[in-house]
Amino acid sequence: VAARGCGGVWRRARQRGAGQPGPGPSPFPRGQRAVACNAKGGAVPAGKSGLAPWVPVVGLEIHAQISSNSKLFSGSQVQFAAPPNSLVSFFDASLPGTLPVLNRRCVEAAVMTGLALNCSINKKSLFDRKHYFYADLPAGYQITQQRVPIAVNGSLSYSLCIDNKMSQMVTKTVRIKQIQLEQDSGKSLHDDTRSQTLVDLNRAGVGLMEVVMEPDMCCGEEAAAAVRELQLILQTLGSSQAVMAEGQLRVDANVSVHHPGEPYGVRTEVKNINSIRFLAKAIDYEIQRQIEELENGGTILNETRAFDSKLGCTVPMRDKEGKQDYRFMPEPNLPPLILYDAKSLPANMNHQQVINIDWIHERLPDLPSVKRKKLVEQYGILPEHSFTLLNEDGLAEFFESVVKETQMKPKKVIGWILKDLLSYLKQHSLTVKESPVSSFLLADLLNLLEKKEISSTAAKQVLAELWKGEVKTPLEIVKEQKLELLQDQKELEQICQAVIDGHENEVIMMVLG
Amino acid sequence: MRALLLGPWLRAGRGLPRAPGSGHRYRGHSEYRGHSGHRPQGPLRRVSVEVLEHLEHLALVDFRDAEGVERLQKAIQFADQLHEVNTDGVEPMDSVLEDRCLYLREDDVTEGNCTKELLENAREKVEEYFVAPPGNIPLPKLEERETFLQGSQ
Repeated sequence: VAARGCGGVWRRARQRGAGQPGPGPSPFPRGQRAVACNAKGGAVPAGKSGLAPWVPVVGLEIHAQISSNSKLFSGSQVQFAAPPNSLVSFFDASLPGTLPVLNRRCVEAAVMTGLALNCSINKKSLFDRKHYFYADLPAGYQITQQRVPIAVNGSLSYSLCIDNKMSQMVTKTVRIKQIQLEQDSGKSLHDDTRSQTLVDLNRAGVGLMEVVMEPDMCCGEEAAAAVRELQLILQTLGSSQAVMAEGQLRVDANVSVHHPGEPYGVRTEVKNINSIRFLAKAIDYEIQRQIEELENGGTILNETRAFDSKLGCTVPMRDKEGKQDYRFMPEPNLPPLILYDAKSLPANMNHQQVINIDWIHERLPDLPSVKRKKLVEQYGILPEHSFTLLNEDGLAEFFESVVKETQMKPKKVIGWILKDLLSYLKQHSLTVKESPVSSFLLADLLNLLEKKEISSTAAKQVLAELWKGEVKTPLEIVKEQKLELLQDQKELEQICQAVIDGHENEVIMMVLG
Repeated sequence: MRALLLGPWLRAGRGLPRAPGSGHRYRGHSEYRGHSGHRPQGPLRRVSVEVLEHLEHLALVDFRDAEGVERLQKAIQFADQLHEVNTDGVEPMDSVLEDRCLYLREDDVTEGNCTKELLENAREKVEEYFVAPPGNIPLPKLEERETFLQGSQ
């Protein structure tokens, strides 16, 4: 997504003055960006207000649910909505005597993701147990990869617009610390009236890829853009469907602020963020909250906070007792995970038991950044256009099929796709797949326009009519509404004369100026 | 004040040691000297009651009385015999499976659909959900608990 970037330094926008408002849900007035950003990056010297600048630091921990048929260590099904506790095996319920058995598809998904994020894949990685008590974690521990994860030291490039007009895009990079395989927990439904928790273990044991990013970002918009790009990458790879609304992509943000040149400040962890839009809001709120707290002489607690989307603020989370001791230990039931490449491929092993990193690498699909480049090169559209095309599911394919069916140049077609079609879709909350106007219909219409049989105003009228979804071709609508461009000079003259004759007063006024 | 010799056992990250020089699984006999009379090498660390309380909190174990704590101490002493083995420069072994191949399963649905069976284990259930108390019930602080540890301040 194209979003405005911040230069990395914030200054409190509100004046110190009479009547300091008390702490409230929004530290700055609605709709106003309380930021003095330097688009070129780097520290902004203390301004007239005399307040020293703040550098926010944002790091993300992202959990992506692996798109697979069965779970990470058991053969029960992975599915979003199902009767409670129906997709649970004895292992998932942590009954004694059960053992984990690793799912090959989950390993491949993690390797694909690691390669797409430019990571080094660890040919030998290990599994560990992370212990804590919670009702939705029946074993009392989660199997994860704390010591040696499957992939390390990667990077993710994303783009932002640095001005309001969306005409100048800048590319930023965030380092990926590691990617690890781990189990998901079950779901708890809190019933406060009866003071109990209902536990559904359908999700317990589903494979997750945890993507840990270094704290290279400085504001909500950067984080949102990075997550959006990661989401597109995961969806392109097919390793995760990454739909945040279904909990397939969960993001926790670590936020702190400090003065330039000083050590990093105390960080808080923000959880319970349900959409990319809220991610940006939550981070920006938390940055502002910390700045205010510190400027008022307070301190920041190293705590976990939840984002309240209704109030637009972060609140301390209850039930997090101090610093957790996870008592990490090696998972004794799983030997190390060994991956191979073309050079190290063992000769006599069963094919099904071998994962070849190079084989996977050769078969990676075009990543979004590559697809965008190809669109720009092939069709001569602007980079910003390629972003919008890839941002909507199916829009790029729609655009390409219209281009194929019409004589109109792609540079002109793109305007119809991004301005007219997309705005209709947005207005009616439809996806590209649900569009009542197919690519063929639109191509037909654009052909009429290109052949100068109708004007562009008429074309917009026809599109509006097509949108109703009745079974009419553009040509039929043109004939119906008599929208054909008049080619006959004499007829045009007659019409103009008739208009002038019919509006004598107006003509006189115009002539007199 | 009662202090406990929780000793080097508390140090994080220690695995089981292997005999020096052998690159494979250790097959030698261990020389058990029994509980009494053996002292771990190195200085004895005196640890406060706070650490013991932390252990109770983590493992939800109640040491209950002096005998329980004493049993813990003896168990630690017994395990400390491991320090007799010189493990300098030897990689800790996580599991006897370390030389085995990690079996990779095909991504097929082969289990599940046993809701009724699983719920037979539940003391309480609501419409096929397991019922649990709301959140974690925090272990009360030392002062508020009726525990043997209180008296050992």
